[in-house]
Amino acid sequence: MSDSEKKKPNRRDFIVTATTAAGAVGVGAVVWPLVDQMNPDASVKALASTEVDISAVEPGQSITVLWRGKPVFIKRRTQDEIDSARAVDLSELKHPEKDEDRAKNPEWLVMLGVCTHLGCVPLNDKGDYGAWFCPCHGSHYDTSGRIRKGPAPTNMEIPKYEFVNSNTIKIG
Amino acid sequence: MSDHEYTPKSKVGKWFNDRLPLLTLANHLTDYPTPKNLNYWWTFGGILTFCLITQIITGIVLGMHYVAHADLAFQSVEHIMRDVNYGWLIRYVHANGASMFFLAVYIHIFRSLYYGSYKSPREVIWIIGMLIYFLMMATAFMGYVLPWGQMSFWGATVITNLFSAIPLVGESITNWLWGGYSVDNPTLTRFFSLHYLFPFLILGLVVLHIWALHVPGNNNPIGIDIKKPSKDTVPFHPYIVIKDAFALLIFLLIFAFFVFFSPNILGHADNYIEANPLVTPAHIVPEWYLLPFYAILRSVPDKLLGVIAMFAAIFVLVILPWLDTSKVRSTVFRPIYKQFYWFLVADVLILGYVGAMPAEGLYLLIARVATAYYFAHFLIILPFLGLKEKTTPLPLSITDPVLGGSADMAMARNNSDFKEKL
Repeated sequence: MSDSEKKKPNRRDFIVTATTAAGAVGVGAVVWPLVDQMNPDASVKALASTEVDISAVEPGQSITVLWRGKPVFIKRRTQDEIDSARAVDLSELKHPEKDEDRAKNPEWLVMLGVCTHLGCVPLNDKGDYGAWFCPCHGSHYDTSGRIRKGPAPTNMEIPKYEFVNSNTIKIG
Repeated sequence: MSDHEYTPKSKVGKWFNDRLPLLTLANHLTDYPTPKNLNYWWTFGGILTFCLITQIITGIVLGMHYVAHADLAFQSVEHIMRDVNYGWLIRYVHANGASMFFLAVYIHIFRSLYYGSYKSPREVIWIIGMLIYFLMMATAFMGYVLPWGQMSFWGATVITNLFSAIPLVGESITNWLWGGYSVDNPTLTRFFSLHYLFPFLILGLVVLHIWALHVPGNNNPIGIDIKKPSKDTVPFHPYIVIKDAFALLIFLLIFAFFVFFSPNILGHADNYIEANPLVTPAHIVPEWYLLPFYAILRSVPDKLLGVIAMFAAIFVLVILPWLDTSKVRSTVFRPIYKQFYWFLVADVLILGYVGAMPAEGLYLLIARVATAYYFAHFLIILPFLGLKEKTTPLPLSITDPVLGGSADMAMARNNSDFKEKL
């Protein structure tokens, strides 16, 4: 074969490329269902929202409800706790977030009770900031659920929620 | 390895062997020449094969009674313990069998480290071994989740959350692993499926491990090549078979002690409480055989870097054949490495100890120093020591260790003198 012939694609090259490309699409089409079957299924997604009655929660109390298999803390904060959360200078925080943004209604803090380190459930009224402490690897959270000390990288997550009326919260 | 051609004696045997040479394989395994100076640390390969087979057999039986469902799993394990005939025995053998499997594999790995069995030409055996070890850890972890107790659930939560440390796609990956937004029924059923599959993958890798071993043949305690097969080796059967069988019996004594006298000592009481997604046990610890890696994970204050350090601790073992620059295999002839070897053993034991303790104060400090030393051993000490160390002279052959000075070798010399006189 001469040089000029090498450079010029012939019909066989076209067939090889086309076959490989079709084969790759075919393999992808077979593999994807096998991978995607492991993702959350329709029945899991269907349980994506839950309504909670909060009429019995007194100031300073916290309740835990299950949402998507995870605990959600609903804390009715005292004025002291709100003040201490709002007084914090953002520059002190590892993951700076204003308390005003985390608790739209300052009395009610609704957040996922899942430590952002490796997913344990932090304990209430514990730790250096008088709020939450994760027993697994020692992360301390403040009264706004923000990470203050320990290995967790971010604040505890705030789920999507809304007040349906003054006594009911809809999470999800 | 066998130098001679094998022909079955019977006509039927010959007919079959010409079509599928199984008898040639059997003959190779029987006559396989092994160095005659192998010590008892070499019996753990056979012990490990026994452990794998035991886990597979007891596991298949447990699978006949176990129900992989978040609402039923815990009850079905209690059902196995109380109602199924000999269910308690089979489950205790399986649960303690996992610990015995790891005990044996750690001895097997540290034997390889001491006698340099990972070095050329045995790198592929070593890498396959590390793959087996990695699969063993994954299998054991998933098996521990199946009883659906508190430690099962929260162990699974912590370990699967390791993947959430991956930037950008971490959360999608954990949701994909869970089949939901937390560890739940879909997680349990897929873990059961994979826990059933992985032992057979391990079995396949064991076949490759042994195949790769039979190409260069066994390493040996003085780490030099076989010079003259007729003088330096003995056939696998009956010599090694009997020795392995004796060692296995001793091993079974220890195994039986755990199964019959303290079947729960290696587990955690919390796992007899059914999984509760709202309450994390006060103190989460993995099974003992994963503690050193757990200590490395916790010693790094950053989430992503902690996960990277933990996986790196395993990966550094995979590339060990290229990190150790010394051409001398056996530690017997490496006086300085011998000390570092024992430092490493102590370091791993310390990591295991602090891994079981709370990650705070002095324990955290010790874990950090031990983690740093672990990596220093493989990444700094081994490469440099191999270039600088002055090793003691190697014997000329396995049969004539005339140049060495240790008691073992003096005895070997006396023995061979004795045989020559006969």
